[in-house]
Amino acid sequence: MVLTQEKQEKAPAQAVSGKSDVLLSVKDLQVWFELKRFGVGHAGYVKAVDGVTFDLHQGEAIAVVGESGCGKSSLMKTILGLYQPTGGQVFFDGQQISSFNPKELHWYRSQVGYIQQDPYGALPPFMTVERILTEPLVINGIKDRNEINERIHKTLEEIKMFPVDDYLYKFPHMLSGGQQQRVVIARAMILEPKMIVADEPVSMLDASVRVEILRLLRGLQTTHNLAFIYITHDLSTVRYFSERIFVMYAGNLVEKAPVYNLLRNSRHPYTHALLAASSDPDARNAAVYRDVPPGEPPSLVHPPAGCRFHPRCAQFMDRLCNVQVPPDFEVETNHLAACWLYKPGEEQ
Amino acid sequence: MADKTLLHLEDLKLHFRTGKGAVRAVDGVTFDLGYQEAVVVLGESGCGKSSLAKAILRLLPRNVETYSGKVFLEGQDVMALTDEEFRHQVRWVRMSMVPQAAMNSLNPVLKVGNQVAEPMIVHSNMKKDEALAQAAKMFQNVGVPVDFLGRYAFELSGGMRQRAAIAMALVTLPRLIILDEPTSALDVLTQANIMNVLKRIKKELEVSYILITHDIATSSELANRVVVMYAGLIVEDSDAMNFFTKPLHPYSQMLMASVPRLRGDKEPEFITGQPPSLYNLQPGCRFADRCPSRFEKCDQDPPLVKVEERKVACWKYV
Repeated sequence: MVLTQEKQEKAPAQAVSGKSDVLLSVKDLQVWFELKRFGVGHAGYVKAVDGVTFDLHQGEAIAVVGESGCGKSSLMKTILGLYQPTGGQVFFDGQQISSFNPKELHWYRSQVGYIQQDPYGALPPFMTVERILTEPLVINGIKDRNEINERIHKTLEEIKMFPVDDYLYKFPHMLSGGQQQRVVIARAMILEPKMIVADEPVSMLDASVRVEILRLLRGLQTTHNLAFIYITHDLSTVRYFSERIFVMYAGNLVEKAPVYNLLRNSRHPYTHALLAASSDPDARNAAVYRDVPPGEPPSLVHPPAGCRFHPRCAQFMDRLCNVQVPPDFEVETNHLAACWLYKPGEEQ
Repeated sequence: MADKTLLHLEDLKLHFRTGKGAVRAVDGVTFDLGYQEAVVVLGESGCGKSSLAKAILRLLPRNVETYSGKVFLEGQDVMALTDEEFRHQVRWVRMSMVPQAAMNSLNPVLKVGNQVAEPMIVHSNMKKDEALAQAAKMFQNVGVPVDFLGRYAFELSGGMRQRAAIAMALVTLPRLIILDEPTSALDVLTQANIMNVLKRIKKELEVSYILITHDIATSSELANRVVVMYAGLIVEDSDAMNFFTKPLHPYSQMLMASVPRLRGDKEPEFITGQPPSLYNLQPGCRFADRCPSRFEKCDQDPPLVKVEERKVACWKYV
């Protein structure tokens, strides 16, 4: 699953040729939340997502990496149709999701699976595994008991919960963390969706189980040719999982690149900082201090003008970075960085 | 006790009483900790590592069935102290703790400064303004702006709250700080920041750490020594350099192999099976069921044997 150079070269080709197989298209998306003063007066907006654009192809896995509060969850919830966008559009299979009527939304939600971060919180404690998995089927009009059983068995086998009958009548609290997360995955998979959105699916699990779950997800993604959005703050798991990485900072995507490029040749100063702060187990780490940019992520109510990273950036250029918002510059094929350092003609 | 030993644990046990029988969370733990040394206690959730912290600090819940063993702090047998003596002489005076999810452990209705100053007022009979001055000093040490003393916990970001919790543990200038998953809920950059602070404090204030975590990559930022726990027992006790390059116990090896790496192309492996339930443990090596190199001997309890300067509980090395 580790991306080799060879595999990497294939990915961009597919992305260029496959214009028609775009499954999800996000265009200049804005998600703002209004702040109220005393419950009535307007007091500004929290600009959680502010101008995000990307395409996701059928069968492609992308990862959105960012710190908490950078807007990645708002982005995800808008894609799931849980929030209405303030501006911009989200298209799924060519249809705009914010214009869906309830019936269409119902259909849309059967096409998109959601894997929550905390499996225990995501599973109703009073339902058995069987009921948890029956529910989505019944809601979507599958009422034949035999078919329901068949699909539950098939899905549970696929997520490797053997023997299936041992688990069917268990309640979530009787399962280990890894097994709970498998049930959450089964629930997301049972309607055979085209796309899965996973919000930090392994962050609550133990290290040894983490890899197992990631592999399982990657396996499902390839066998079912699923489009996959993997949201995380942990860069080290990303490379085992996705073709492209989007780095998000303060409501913007600052760098979009194939995994291999991003890890070996990151461009945006924020991505540099993230990579420099992530460690691999090594006894020598204890002897050195890590480089961390000063300060904290900005408030999303009054984000800094220009590039939102500029107050923390070591390569800050006065009268440019703090004035104009940097557009996406293509530094390599399929590798975009929103940073003035890469303005054509001004390359380092 | 040797002069170089700050903390000496011998056969420390902490069992809990539950409806299903006794849970042997800490089941005979022995190790030494030197001055200015950072020991990492690694293990999966439920292996007893947080209970170990509670056992050392004697922060016991009500349902304790067994609490036994020896704890020597700077040569003094602290197990012999009564609870009240322990509270006055040891806890937060010579040993303190940064609890798990410390960012949520601050009192929401008290100003952060008062909370950080409180141990000084209780333990050193300090006047409030003196204690606050000391707290301000600690805030500077951990990199929190001093004017945050007058703020409430909800006004601070996660990283700042975590630093405040560290300041609270530091304020009485203890010799030993137990850090229970100090960075697990934080972002990568904040995490790196906190680790930098901990490294600096260790040098400047000459403290020792027991760092309890399941995050191997982050633990290597601080570790001088690594202790691996499995099902209530220590399975390996090794210096950091050797541990991270060549772990001995099969469990440590598999644990190391399960870490996804940012650099290098090694594919992570996972450990099949689950740790045993701590209710009714069978005799024999507790890892045997998941171990790839199991043989007949594993049906008996493995002793903690010395391999060069390291210790490992595995029949392979006997």
